[in-house]
Amino acid sequence: MEDLIVSVAQRTLIAGTPLLIGTIGEVICERSGILNLGVEGVMSIGAVAAFVVTFYTQNLWLGLMAAVLAGMLISIIHAVASVSLQSNQVVSGLALTMLGLGISSLAGKPYVGKSLTEKMNTVAIPFLSDIPILGKILFVQSPFFYMAIVLALAAWFILENTELGIKIRSTGENPKATEAQGINVSLIRYGCILVGGGFSGMAGANLSISYSKLWIEGMTAGRGWIVIALTIFALWNPMRAMIGAFLFGGIFVMQYLLQPLGISPSLLAMLPYMATLLVLVMIGIKDSKKLNAPAMLGEPYKRGER
Amino acid sequence: MIPIIKITNREKITPAHQMMTLLFSIMAGLFAIGLIFLAFGVNPVFAMMKIFTGSFGSMYGIKETVTKAIPLILIGVGLAIAFRAKFWNIGAESQLLMGAIFGTWVGLNWGPHLPAPMIIPLMFLAGFIGGALWGLIPAFLKIRFSINEVISTLMMNYICAEFLTFLIVGPWKGKTKFGFPYTDDLPASAILGVIPGSRIHYVTLIVALLVVFILGVIIYKTRFGYEVRVIGENPEAARYAGIDFFRTTLIIMAISGGVAGLAGVGEVAGIHHYLSYPASISSGYGFTAIIVAWLAKLNPFFVIVAGIFFAGILVGGDAIQISLGLPAATVQIFNGTLLVFLIMGDYFLKHRITFKNNRMPHGEPDPQ
Repeated sequence: MEDLIVSVAQRTLIAGTPLLIGTIGEVICERSGILNLGVEGVMSIGAVAAFVVTFYTQNLWLGLMAAVLAGMLISIIHAVASVSLQSNQVVSGLALTMLGLGISSLAGKPYVGKSLTEKMNTVAIPFLSDIPILGKILFVQSPFFYMAIVLALAAWFILENTELGIKIRSTGENPKATEAQGINVSLIRYGCILVGGGFSGMAGANLSISYSKLWIEGMTAGRGWIVIALTIFALWNPMRAMIGAFLFGGIFVMQYLLQPLGISPSLLAMLPYMATLLVLVMIGIKDSKKLNAPAMLGEPYKRGER
Repeated sequence: MIPIIKITNREKITPAHQMMTLLFSIMAGLFAIGLIFLAFGVNPVFAMMKIFTGSFGSMYGIKETVTKAIPLILIGVGLAIAFRAKFWNIGAESQLLMGAIFGTWVGLNWGPHLPAPMIIPLMFLAGFIGGALWGLIPAFLKIRFSINEVISTLMMNYICAEFLTFLIVGPWKGKTKFGFPYTDDLPASAILGVIPGSRIHYVTLIVALLVVFILGVIIYKTRFGYEVRVIGENPEAARYAGIDFFRTTLIIMAISGGVAGLAGVGEVAGIHHYLSYPASISSGYGFTAIIVAWLAKLNPFFVIVAGIFFAGILVGGDAIQISLGLPAATVQIFNGTLLVFLIMGDYFLKHRITFKNNRMPHGEPDPQ
């Protein structure tokens, strides 16, 4: 029984990690007032970049770096469209998703069914991993898990407690007043979109070189969209993102737990998507004013216009 | 000698200007797609030629293009109206599938007892209802719980695809299909006729053109259409004018989902004749139609041209998949890139960009 609990809890955290990484990125981006619906596409770009680079260099860390870089590069498209050209952010994000999915399957075509020689293995943290039960769950994990936790804490600290955080948040709340303070709104937004893209790329790498070591087309399987829902669930707070991401990780694991009970796998596969809707309904029941969404989320900002 | 770029709002936008911008955006987009192909070792000139000859270069290609234009026009015109009302319906893919499910149920259960002139309208009606109901859920969720429709419609795409898979491997699995996860074939009376020598199911084509005409008239000639246009062009003014957002959103989504459902019936009754995996019933029509609507500038009548254009890209995409061994999702590169260039084109349509040389901002001569 103890083994079962440990294994379920471990797998819950593993499944939740890519969701957490992606959500931190989207929180940063949306806090600056930019809605980026391109996460799904950027994630797949990250996944393919990490896989291909690792495949040739045999170096998982180089693969991860390539994924972050590729995620940032492809996100420039959204930055130019939504910040410089003040385009509709919904359409631009969708375009980025389509482009990302297309490029990732084209780039990944020669690797379909191929496998890496090794994947990012779990690292046991000395001493801490010896704690009964909790040690095995929390401190025998892939490096991605540790990085995700550290990044979530860092993002929370920067957003809430530093001058940079204030600049980012005020850019999302009132870009005009922010600009009047002598802060370059466009620069902040470009920065946040690129950082968000880097996180999405990293989440993709998590899937292709740690979660699995096989290349499968479409391995992101809608996780990018769940990330966008989780951003709302997290109320744009990286700390709350941890709760949401691991809750959803649990739902992914539940699919496999319930399968032996004879429930159709197709019906179980609906669970994460149903849960997303359910969570949004529950948030919607609360007073929407308390949601704390960035006031200017999704609104293009044009300098010097009243 | 730094050229100074000056950006001003363009006062008047002429139709000719719009046309030029559109053409230029498409050309620039195709060029960018060529560069992407080149980066992955695919000869771009060969690929583009192959796409063009594959779609418009032969009788077979043209027939296939028209066949694939049918669902794109139907869904595209529904989306054009939804987008006009600022409702971002990304769920047409599953509204199509829901229409296919409803239509197939009617066809399988009532088809054996009814003649074609009765069963086919009933199937289309069922498909419309299926798509409309599936489309009304996100509309309701948005109105009642202020849930972002982009996320809800997308989640519903996944849910519906899994539901369809559940049906065909489970309760609806056909007894005559040797264990394959398909429903039984529709009875003969429930199958749509095709133009001989092609796969063009003309009944759906006629339905699609009728829908374009009806929705075009509604948008441009009725009070309801006027309200939708006001919401799209100036939401503030719409609020002051007392336009009922809830009512408009519900009607719009019933229509948008419903016509996608019609496309689903067309695909099953006209092409496949039985229900099978979601990806084979619709090869991403619901997503491609988003760009069709955008390319048509959300004008129902232009959707016909845009639909045929993108159907050509889909057919040409199939041709390069076979001859160059590219994955099916390659066509997404076309969709994404063209969409990026179309929205960028809008910026250059709305703004005038002038270059000034040799001048400092205050009109003083350049110190050089």
